[in-house]
Amino acid sequence: MIKRSFLGFVTPKLKHNIVPGPVQELPVPSKVTLLLKEPQNGGNASSLKAGDTVRTGQRLFASPDSAEYVISSVTGTISDVAPYMDSYGRKYAAVTIETGGQDDWEDEFNKEPSLDTALKFFEYAPGNPSFRPFADPEKTIRTIVINGMDQDLLITANQYVVQNEAADIKEGVKALEKITGADRIVITVPENLVQQANTTGAELKTLSTTYPDSLPHMIMKNMLGQVVSAGDTPEDTGVVFINAEAASAIGAAFETGRLRVTKIVTVVGKDGNTTNIRTRIGTPLRDILQACNVSINERDRLILGGPMRGTATYSEDLAIGPDTDGIVVQDEANSSQVTDYPCINCGECVRICPVKIPVNMLVRFLEARLYEDAASMYDMECCIECGLCSYACISRIPIFQYIKLGKYELSLTETAEAANE
Amino acid sequence: MSSEKKLIVPHALFPSRPGAAGEKKLVVAHAPYWHDGSKISTKNYHIMLAALPAVLMGISQYGAPAVGVIALSMACAMIWELVWNLLLRRPHSIGDGSAAATGLLLGMLMPATAPWWVVALGTFIAIVVGKQIFGGIGFNPLNPPLLALAMLVISFKGIFDFDEALRHYDLGFAMSYPLGQVKYFGTAAIDKFSVGGLLMGQQAGAVGSTFGLGLIIGGLYLIIRGYIRWEIPLSFLVGVFVTALIFNLSDPAKYAGPFFHLFAGYTLIAAFFLAPEDSSSPANFIPMLIFGALAGLMTVLIRNIGAYVDGVPFSILLMNLANPLLDKIRPKAIGKVVENA
Repeated sequence: MIKRSFLGFVTPKLKHNIVPGPVQELPVPSKVTLLLKEPQNGGNASSLKAGDTVRTGQRLFASPDSAEYVISSVTGTISDVAPYMDSYGRKYAAVTIETGGQDDWEDEFNKEPSLDTALKFFEYAPGNPSFRPFADPEKTIRTIVINGMDQDLLITANQYVVQNEAADIKEGVKALEKITGADRIVITVPENLVQQANTTGAELKTLSTTYPDSLPHMIMKNMLGQVVSAGDTPEDTGVVFINAEAASAIGAAFETGRLRVTKIVTVVGKDGNTTNIRTRIGTPLRDILQACNVSINERDRLILGGPMRGTATYSEDLAIGPDTDGIVVQDEANSSQVTDYPCINCGECVRICPVKIPVNMLVRFLEARLYEDAASMYDMECCIECGLCSYACISRIPIFQYIKLGKYELSLTETAEAANE
Repeated sequence: MSSEKKLIVPHALFPSRPGAAGEKKLVVAHAPYWHDGSKISTKNYHIMLAALPAVLMGISQYGAPAVGVIALSMACAMIWELVWNLLLRRPHSIGDGSAAATGLLLGMLMPATAPWWVVALGTFIAIVVGKQIFGGIGFNPLNPPLLALAMLVISFKGIFDFDEALRHYDLGFAMSYPLGQVKYFGTAAIDKFSVGGLLMGQQAGAVGSTFGLGLIIGGLYLIIRGYIRWEIPLSFLVGVFVTALIFNLSDPAKYAGPFFHLFAGYTLIAAFFLAPEDSSSPANFIPMLIFGALAGLMTVLIRNIGAYVDGVPFSILLMNLANPLLDKIRPKAIGKVVENA
């Protein structure tokens, strides 16, 4: 954990790790768990049953007309299909596959780069790219940003990809051009990866290594000179962000004819040491931690993602998804604790906020559950969710959690209002 | 029914549920999982540490009575806070050091001869009236020690007349209150105070507010460590300096010069320990500058043409009231959509 510096009047700068370590290949796990999003139209007539055999690279879906699918990362037998709900209440079907024998590749993937192919095969690619904005008639996407910088501290998965798989990214850039017809493809990397990024054929932008400059909203503002309006996503402004790992996976798929089913994950142990591993999507955390010699004790924290924006999880049996860039394990003694102390108006959050939100006022409204006022008067919707306010809060208020809760509650009311109209 | 229940309990997915034998219970929390390690108690202890040079000088000058005032003030402040916590059945908050710091600062603002009941009453005003009835730490609209000081100065003029209160002391320098001298006798009466002497505490005054050098060192320490924001002390001192300079230029016989006003009375303790108090001062850059500068201006105005000898408590309290309004001057959040009327 990075502590407050002695010279407290300087705004602390949190720096990314920028030297990606070598990747340790993990063996194929004995089982994988893939989370299949529940279709929005409620079509729950599952075509997946325990006992079905699946092949590596096979699309698994609840019903044939559903847009939601997962790509099986192993060859084996489905042992269980169970309902699962994540911490935001989104419902999934958790498909557990027991691995059996050698990889038997499904070859339904055709090498024709088109939007249809992308929608059908790449939504579950490592790095979790989304091609739906391109299919959305209300959105005009002109720019694709391939982010070669990781979006949280300590994590180097995407940087590793830029460093070692620039050729695949180059293919990916070509494929993305064909698939989307975007006018402009930009790659953003830290200074030490400029050489590799230059070979990819995308327009190069150099990022600072200070957190949170690698978050999409900050890249939009600092690199593209476009400000995303409060409450909007970059897609609304015409820019789609794709992780370097996803671009590489897309390139590799067209190159080899096989979908990539592995994910690079940075594992951060209790001592802060990081290890990069490559493993099948859906590998249980337990297997990964064992391979990295990280032991878990009672009351530790197990975080999917990084230390600033990750999600703490409750069981080692959960599996990594295509969007899991990192796993952080924290000892109980090193875990930061929040308090219910009130804001003392010291202004640390106001000074550290990258988008100049008056957090000292905002948190008062959020504590009182006045979410609409928080959004209209104190810019809650401008928040880019970097977590720095909670990091610097002397009262240790869970400000980031309050903001996420506020946004969530507000979206619920807005959905309800829209439904009533 | 059973399927619904299965959905609500996500653990149902896994054969080994949390709590089952052999399963380790993990602690979940929301991001971020890092914190910079700052704490309110640390901040208050550092404020008290920074105040020590000035307090020790006061104690060396006035001896046991000064120790008595400071100790009684800190103790009473903490006791009032504890009593209030007990009465309202709220969680005990004396551990955060806020009451102790308030008590210390109030003690520093009092003459060494202040009777015990004034100290007890003052801390009651500071802790209960100034802070707790508004909801405790973080909710006080006014600076608690200054509110107590202002009420005591208005109520018990004689006790805060430093010339009168400290008449039995002979510390080897002009034992008179510089601000009183200049107010009633003009600048001719303050020739006996040199700037260096004022800085070294050679003036009659409150226990912890006369040793200018010590207060400056303490204040700089707090600024460097980031426990107070530099904008407020700086703009306050600039406000005092500029206003005093203008007065001095207009009538040098009647109004003292800017350096005198910087180092006499409560100016320095106000600049570094009172005006930057978190809850009652702004958090944005421009409001902080306005807050400090106007408080400095008001201080000299009250000193020179107002009814009170020292304007510090009243000027800062007045600006405390303007704080919520001032803090509305803020930068536009990035991405904010301005709707044109």
